[in-house]
Amino acid sequence: MPNSETIAVAMSGGVDSSAVAAMLRAQGHNLIGLTMQLWNQRRLAGHAGMPETVTGRCCSIDDVYDARRVAETLGIPYYVVNHEERFEREVVRPFVEEYLAGRTPIPCSLCNNHLKFDQLLVVARQIGADQIATGHYAQVVFDEEIGRWLLKRPTDRSKDQTYFLFGLTQEQLSRTLFPLGGMTKPEVRELARQHKLVIAEKPDSQEICFVPGGDYKAFLEAYLAEQGSRLKETAGEMVTTDGKVIGEHAGVHNFTVGQRKGLGVATGSPLYVIQIKNDTRQVVVGKDEELYSTTLRTRRVNLISAAELTEPKRVTVKIRHKHQPAPAMIQSQRPDEVLVTFDEPQRALTPGQAAVFYEGDLVVGGGWIEASPQ
Amino acid sequence: MRRVYLDNNATTPVLPDVLEAMRPFFSEHFGNASSIHHHGQETRSAVERARESVARLLGCRASEIVFTSGGTESDNLAIFGIVSPGDHVITSTIEHHAVLNACRQLAASGCEVTYIPVDGRGLVDPADVKRALRPNTRLITIMFANNETGVLQPIVEIGRIAAEAGIYLHTDAVQAAGKIAINLSEIGCHLMTISGHKLHGPQGVGALYVRKGTHIKPMLYGGTHERSRRAGTENVPAIVGLDKAADLAIAGFESSDHSMRDPSNDRTMAALRDRLERELLAIEGAGLNGEGAPRVPNTTNIYFDGIEGEALVIALDLKGLAVSTGAACSSGAIEPSHVLTAMGLSQDRAKASIRFSLGKQNTIEDVEFASSLIPATVARLRELSPIYHRVPSVPSL
Repeated sequence: MPNSETIAVAMSGGVDSSAVAAMLRAQGHNLIGLTMQLWNQRRLAGHAGMPETVTGRCCSIDDVYDARRVAETLGIPYYVVNHEERFEREVVRPFVEEYLAGRTPIPCSLCNNHLKFDQLLVVARQIGADQIATGHYAQVVFDEEIGRWLLKRPTDRSKDQTYFLFGLTQEQLSRTLFPLGGMTKPEVRELARQHKLVIAEKPDSQEICFVPGGDYKAFLEAYLAEQGSRLKETAGEMVTTDGKVIGEHAGVHNFTVGQRKGLGVATGSPLYVIQIKNDTRQVVVGKDEELYSTTLRTRRVNLISAAELTEPKRVTVKIRHKHQPAPAMIQSQRPDEVLVTFDEPQRALTPGQAAVFYEGDLVVGGGWIEASPQ
Repeated sequence: MRRVYLDNNATTPVLPDVLEAMRPFFSEHFGNASSIHHHGQETRSAVERARESVARLLGCRASEIVFTSGGTESDNLAIFGIVSPGDHVITSTIEHHAVLNACRQLAASGCEVTYIPVDGRGLVDPADVKRALRPNTRLITIMFANNETGVLQPIVEIGRIAAEAGIYLHTDAVQAAGKIAINLSEIGCHLMTISGHKLHGPQGVGALYVRKGTHIKPMLYGGTHERSRRAGTENVPAIVGLDKAADLAIAGFESSDHSMRDPSNDRTMAALRDRLERELLAIEGAGLNGEGAPRVPNTTNIYFDGIEGEALVIALDLKGLAVSTGAACSSGAIEPSHVLTAMGLSQDRAKASIRFSLGKQNTIEDVEFASSLIPATVARLRELSPIYHRVPSVPSL
């Protein structure tokens, strides 16, 4: 690519995106550093038991300060863009609603689809950048033969973030750079040190950025309290797989399929959450073996390596971020829907999570897990 | 890259004469103005000369001027210096955050606050102020000129209401001082805020006019500086800078025959502003915020439907033109303007609005630079706007 093109770098103030900026700068590109202001951590302070000073990671003044310092060190223009309103609409509200409906959401994918590679890309192009670069560990390549942009797993498998990127469209991929796709995390850190970036030793962060300390239940309560509502309407019965009522629960949002601890019922053998019934607000519990199933329905599917699935395809499927991809057949059902049939039964297919299809290193596509057919 | 600065309502460059006046007061005339010796006397007289200049700028007595660290401190001193728990305060919905958040703090500590709305032009109706009066109303605080739109409030009429009711009136004149001639003898206010860096003085200095006989409680406790109204060693170089800036502002008014009632009579600043405004309003889907209201001569606030002001500000900055929108929050991100939404603009239109504000350093070439850059930039933003061109949605199977 010619070095005269302008690239917007999505800068979070962390090591990865800072290293991206340093790397592209060293290659001689015109860069514009952008940080998205997505959530105001002070907003929920003091609501429903949240402490008065909330120290979540997302969009903290410290992170913006770090990103600004890095941009300054590299000598690139830098701006903060406010996407709070859209973040709340497209990520936070769906996150809350999913939990209240008994599902287990992944906000990072929503943020990628609706903010980072949509709104931020629009702003980047409006201000004169042709492409956007981020610190994700993934690779984008153009396949001339089929005329499609492909998403591939990165060299550093332990940092693979393709699971959160399955929703990217061809248009988005064509304008995206993942400069860290061929690097390992230690190499990235070393690069940050070489460029004397203040954030070189900053620890990695795993938690959901807007949920302080990873305590999503406290977040839900505080958010709903702020919105003037409460959680209690999701309380209901706890039943066994054969329909016996064995207790009550305080709300479906407290449960995730496959969860064992914290069920609040004492029985002889260990019990696990098998299913969360949104319509009746029942939490169905059973034995571990009842958690396994071989089929899975996915909705709102996005395909990357092909425009459509004309026939059943052999792939491996990842059903949560840390899941080892499992061999399966995928086949198109209705438009937008794909049926996954695993070779071996898989444990805890969790509605709200994504199922991402791989062919070797290649991301075929992915969709959102619907309640599994029991 | 050529850089043109049209964000003078945020801050202005210190004029060369102002800098020259300040220069000796860093290491040559460095004395503490409270000291008895020669060094102290030197700076003391410089501070008192500055007090006289500021008094001339505002049309009051030198003894009625208190030097502060800037507009925010002056606003806070005026408000907290007058109001006590149990009092009622009247303000407007379009005040600067220095006033709005001070009032919020008052409300949290046992005071009642009424926020007077504005009409579509951005004007407070004095009749609304009158209607809001209560037996325990202690203070009316309404700005002179709005920082975002430049709209001038009917402060003389509000002053009459305050006088009739025997209530204190404070006005934040940060955006009016230096732009229009002010004569405190015509305005029935007890307290007036001004800031040095909005009129080509340095940052970090401001003043509060406190009418003779008005007792204010200090916010800082320490020495007896500023007649015990503001403790702390005077920021002499900055005060000297404010002195010179006030002098230059007065000279400007005298040469161009300003009058408060006819701000459009500025043959230089207003003419440049009007030209810029005409050029920008010729863009399709553009409109003036504050249309039909009297305004200070340096400000124009224009919406460009279908764009995000934030992206326009960044795009223009990358091309060398500095303008602004709304108010920046702590991270530097832009929040929708409370002023424009109070005027009844939709969220979208408020976010599509840009403030252009001129200073004494601006020239006709600056205005031409801006008017040559903006139409194409607005067009690019619109072309790439999701409203017009959404990125293709998730492909279906």
